[in-house]
Amino acid sequence: MSALRLVNISKNFGAIHALSGVTLEIEPGEVVGLMGDNGAGKSTLVKVIAGNFAPSEGEIFISDEKVEFHRPIDAQRAGIEVVYQDLAICNNLSAASNVFLGREMTKQFGPFRIIDYAGMRAKSAQLFERLKSETRPRDLVWRMSGGQRQAVAIARTLLSDARIVLMDEPTAAISVRQVAEVLKLIRYLSDHGIAVVLISHRMPDVFEVADKIAVLRRGRLVASKRAADSSPEEITGLITGAIEAA
Amino acid sequence: MSNSIADVIGQSQHRNVLSRLANQQTFWVFLAAVLACLALTLLTDTFATERNMFNVSRNFAFVAIIALGMTAVIASGGIDLSVGSTVALSAMTVAVLMTSGLPIWVGIPAALFVAALVGAVNGVLIAYAGMPPFVVTLGMLSVARSLAMVLSNNRMIYEFGPDHSMLLWLGGGATFGLPNPLIVLAFLAAFTGFLFKWTRWGQHLFAIGGNEEAAKLTGIPVRQLKVSVYVFSALMAGITGVLEVGWLGGVTTNLGQAMELSVIAAAVIGGANLAGGVGTAFGAVVGALLIEVIRNSLILLGISTFWQGAFVGAFIVIAVAFDRFRNARSAD
Ligand SMILES: Nc1ncnc2c1ncn2[C@@H]1O[C@H](COP(=O)(O)OP(=O)(O)OP(=O)(O)O)[C@@H](O)[C@H]1O
Ligand SMILES: [Mg+2]
Repeated sequence: MSALRLVNISKNFGAIHALSGVTLEIEPGEVVGLMGDNGAGKSTLVKVIAGNFAPSEGEIFISDEKVEFHRPIDAQRAGIEVVYQDLAICNNLSAASNVFLGREMTKQFGPFRIIDYAGMRAKSAQLFERLKSETRPRDLVWRMSGGQRQAVAIARTLLSDARIVLMDEPTAAISVRQVAEVLKLIRYLSDHGIAVVLISHRMPDVFEVADKIAVLRRGRLVASKRAADSSPEEITGLITGAIEAA
Repeated sequence: MSNSIADVIGQSQHRNVLSRLANQQTFWVFLAAVLACLALTLLTDTFATERNMFNVSRNFAFVAIIALGMTAVIASGGIDLSVGSTVALSAMTVAVLMTSGLPIWVGIPAALFVAALVGAVNGVLIAYAGMPPFVVTLGMLSVARSLAMVLSNNRMIYEFGPDHSMLLWLGGGATFGLPNPLIVLAFLAAFTGFLFKWTRWGQHLFAIGGNEEAAKLTGIPVRQLKVSVYVFSALMAGITGVLEVGWLGGVTTNLGQAMELSVIAAAVIGGANLAGGVGTAFGAVVGALLIEVIRNSLILLGISTFWQGAFVGAFIVIAVAFDRFRNARSAD
C-alpha cells in the first residue's frame, strides 16, 4: 500500500507548464526529498497535493484510493498537512491563533459557538513543547524569530492525525540548531508511520533524513531513487541538467 | 522546566498590562476625548447642557454605528467609500415606502434589505471579480445616491404614513433618558466586539487582513467572507439611515453626504490600520466620539464650520502618522 501516489500530474498556468506528467509513489513512513532549481515546480506540486490547485491533468491516490481535492480542507480531511514555503502565517495574530488558523477550536456559550482561546493556547503549548520550541502561544507572530515562526507552521501539521506531511523549505532561514530540530521532527513523524515530503535546497539536510530523493527539472520528474544509491554529486547534476535523468 | 517557562510567561503578562494599555491608541484617543469634554465644560457654558449633550451623543452615535462596519472592512484589508450614499438610499427607501402608506415593519426591513444588497454587490465585485475595493465602492458611492434620487424623484419626504410617529420616535426619541440611537449603538458595539473577538468570522476577518494568501492556503473561505464583510458594513449604514430619518423628521437625497470621510476617520483614529489586520469595535466608538466632540467644540467656540473638514482631514493623517511612528519604534 502506498501513502500517496501521483499519476501523470500536470499543471499549467496559461502558457507556463509548471508540472508535466509527474508520477511518484510514496510509502507510509517514507521521507522523500524533493529537489530542483528555482521555478522547477516543487511548490506547485505541493499545492496540487494539498488541494490549493486542481491539477490540469492526472490522478492522485491516497492509500490506493483515488481522491479529488477541491479545497485545502478536503486534503486536510484526507490526512495531508502542509508547511508552506512562506509559512502562511498571519503576523497580526497570536501563535495559538495561527496554529489553529482555519480550524479554530470552539465551545458552546449559551446559544453561540465561541472560540475556545484557552483550549487553543493549551493545545499549542503542548505542541510547542513537543517541538522543543520556546514559542509562547499568546505572543503575536510579528515579534517572533524565524525558528519560532517555523515552529508555528510545523505545529499545525501535528493538530490532526496526519498521514502525509508536505514541507516546503522548512529549513530555509533558521539557525543550525533549529535545523537539527526540524530534521529530528521529520524522523519523529516518519517513525510514526507518517510520510514526509521535504523540499529543500540544502543537500546535507536532504541526505540526512531522506529515504528517497526525487528531482524536478522544468516541471518534469527526472529522477526518483533511493538516497543510499545516490550521491550529492549525482543529484546536483540532475538538478542542473548536467545529468539528463536517473 | 515547562513549569518555569509558564511562570515566566505569567509574570511578563502581569507586567505588561500597564504598558499594553499605554501602547493602545484607543486609550490615548479616549483620554483625549475625555480631556476635550472637560475643557469644553470649563470653557463654555453651552457644552454641558442637556440639550447639547443630547445632540452630540446622537450625532456621535450615527458616525460610530457606521464606523463599526467600516472597522470590519478595514480590518479585512478593504475600504468602503459607499457608506454615506447607502445611508441616503436606505433612508429614502424607508421614507418612500412609508409615505405611500405602508407600515413601519415593511419599511424598515425593506430599507435594510436594499442596504444589504448594496453591500453584496460591493462584495461580489471585490471578492469574485477581483476589483480593488477603492474603485468598486467609489462607483457605488455615486450609484447608490443616484438610486436614492430616482426613487424619491429628488424631493424631500417628511410625511411617513400611518406609522409616522413611530419612525420619528425610533430615531429622535429617548429611552430611560438616553437618545435611542445611542442605545442602538451600545447594542451594536457590544455585538460587533463579540463578533470580532469570539467568533470564527471575526478571527478569519483579521486573518485575511493580516495575510490574505495565508488565509487562502489554510482553507478560509476568503471570498464568501469578504462579501459578508461588505454586507455587514452596508447594514450598519442602512440602520443609520433609518434612524436618521426619524431624528431629522424628514429626508432629502443629500443625507449622509461626505459622511464616509468622518467614518473612516473615526475608524482610523480608533486604531484600525488601513493596511488591514488591526482594529476594534471599542476603538471605532472612541474614534467617533473624539471626532464629534471636536466638531461640536468648533461650533461652541464660535469657529467657522468651514474649518470642520480641515480638522477631520488632519486627524486622519495624524492618526496614520501616529501608527507609523509607533510601528517604526517597536520594530527597532
Ligand atoms: N499561481 C501561479 N500563477 C502562475 N504561474 C505560477 C503560479 N505559481 C507558480 N507559477 C509558475 O510555475 C513555475 C513553478 O513554480 P514553483 O513555485 O512551483 O517553483 P519552485 O520549484 O517551488 O521554486 P522555488 O525553489 O523558487 O520555490 C514557475 O515558472 C512559476 O512562475
Ligand atoms: Mg517553491
